[in-house]
Amino acid sequence: MIEVRGLKVDLGGFLLRDIDLHVEPGEYFIVLGPTGAGKTVLLEAIAGLYPVLAGTVSVNGRDVTHLKPEQRGIAIVYQDQVLFPHLSVEQNIAFGLKSIKRPGQQIQASVTRMAQVFGIVDLLGRDPTTLSGGEKQKVALARALVTEPAVLLLDEPLSALDPETKERMQQQLAEVHRCLRVTVIHVTHDFEEAIALGNRVAVINEGQIAQVGTPEDVLRRPNSEFVARFALSRNLFTGEATELGAGQAMVDIGGIQIMALTDARGQVHVSLRPEDVFISTEPFQSTARNSFAGTITELVDRGAVVNVTVTVPPDFICLVTRQAAAELDLRKGARVWITFKASAIHVF
Amino acid sequence: MTGIQRWRRLDRLTLVFGLLALLMALFILLPVVKTSTSSSPTTLWDTLRESEVYSSILLTMYAGLLATVVGLLLGVPLAYLLARHDFRGKRLFEGLIDVPIVIPHSAAGIALLFVFGRQFFMGKLLGHAGITFVDTLAGVVIAMMFVSVPFLIDSARDGFKSVDVRLEKVARTLGASPFRVFFHVTLPLAWRSIFSGSVMMWARAVSEFGAVLILAYHVPFLGEHPTVAPILVADRFSCFGLDYARPVAVLVILISLIAFVALRTLALRGQRT
Repeated sequence: MIEVRGLKVDLGGFLLRDIDLHVEPGEYFIVLGPTGAGKTVLLEAIAGLYPVLAGTVSVNGRDVTHLKPEQRGIAIVYQDQVLFPHLSVEQNIAFGLKSIKRPGQQIQASVTRMAQVFGIVDLLGRDPTTLSGGEKQKVALARALVTEPAVLLLDEPLSALDPETKERMQQQLAEVHRCLRVTVIHVTHDFEEAIALGNRVAVINEGQIAQVGTPEDVLRRPNSEFVARFALSRNLFTGEATELGAGQAMVDIGGIQIMALTDARGQVHVSLRPEDVFISTEPFQSTARNSFAGTITELVDRGAVVNVTVTVPPDFICLVTRQAAAELDLRKGARVWITFKASAIHVF
Repeated sequence: MTGIQRWRRLDRLTLVFGLLALLMALFILLPVVKTSTSSSPTTLWDTLRESEVYSSILLTMYAGLLATVVGLLLGVPLAYLLARHDFRGKRLFEGLIDVPIVIPHSAAGIALLFVFGRQFFMGKLLGHAGITFVDTLAGVVIAMMFVSVPFLIDSARDGFKSVDVRLEKVARTLGASPFRVFFHVTLPLAWRSIFSGSVMMWARAVSEFGAVLILAYHVPFLGEHPTVAPILVADRFSCFGLDYARPVAVLVILISLIAFVALRTLALRGQRT
């Protein structure tokens, strides 16, 4: 459990202020904010690596505000992993245990166990500079978790990875969190990460916490422009994915079934960009696999483009040009068809 | 591609620069090579056996080594602080540290005399502890150190700067104390820069003339009263002429060259792994 109260940090130019966070034991907590919002500094301040102007940090009920970083039981993993380049993978993972002077045999056993958890036993003898991004991330996580920290801080852990690795790493993070029951604070600017991993989300906006809640709550009732803009830029659904042949799935998103290209099965999240949805006044034959009839319930003029909400149900937000909207005579209450390709669906 | 084709493709710039580069290379290499080969091995051997010569060379190497060791002990912590902390007037301070490189070294010797001379405060203070600097080995060492330690400090500072601060931060959160972080993370990663800085410092120290001349001309060493090799060369030249000075100069050049090349090779070998 970690509790942050009234934290104030000088970011050189602007302040992070009145930061209150309460993270339950074993919770996966996401701090969401735009790039440059001071998320990394917030983590460093919590870990004792960056000076704070005011506020307290306590871990499992113990006030650690005045403790040194090595005494806090808070581990940090940076976006680009920063493995010790002069040590082997094994020595990297063992570093923390050696620092706290565990007996050699115990170090060996813990390192091996952690390497097994992450499936990196083969890499133990390697030079970390030769590893791929995903492998480095696993080593960095193993290095942090082997010291059994009370809290694990993750600084954009998935941002530097290619999409495929990112998806696998995301699953691994969820799995490791579930198995090791570690309390996690994960900062990111990526909403999909927040939705996929977070038990709860805190949104940082202009140096303050704008909102705390479940990812769904935050997206449904955004009170910062940053979140609101995102909420408008994606159609987001949760649903159940079932097999439909290799690499394909049918996702039931409550009422309708949509076809998607994914290997994921079971409970999933689905996103669809408004600009990837076609609107037509008649049903039409095409290669696009998903087509549904609905009613226009809202039109929002945004200058050159119009945001059209089509209720199937559920609601789909579609983006069309002003001319197209005029030509098709789109108006509230009109009956239309929406069409989108299976490949436009992102499952996560 | 044949040689002729490659020749045709040489543009004017490469030709002009190549010519100028050749002149520069000759300018540097000719004196070194010509002097090194001007004395016969027997002459060199006989010169080396003169007690005045070998005690001078030993004194020079030894004092250079001591200066470098003290420079490491005091200069590396300074370099680390400069790499990791910002403070008001840091730029100016860093500039001042390099001053010994840019001032005439005889003037540097005078400056040192003002602090470490018997009648001045540091000299007096250390004099009570039995350490004097005028015409002693300690004097040679501080004269050498003064004019050469900026090379070490600058190189070590750049080395420390190139070590990602976050490596240190991560190490702290993993339970390592600041000292453990320094010795197990920062120092190993900056070691190459510190080592090559030390080589530069040592090379500069053993070639020091002006500052040593003023602070510690002849010093008691191994039962003799030698002076450092660069001064010995100059002394022999001015008192006895070129023929007496040359073998000593050759010895000094050869020994420095061998030591420098060996240490450089060592430093570069570390770089490949």
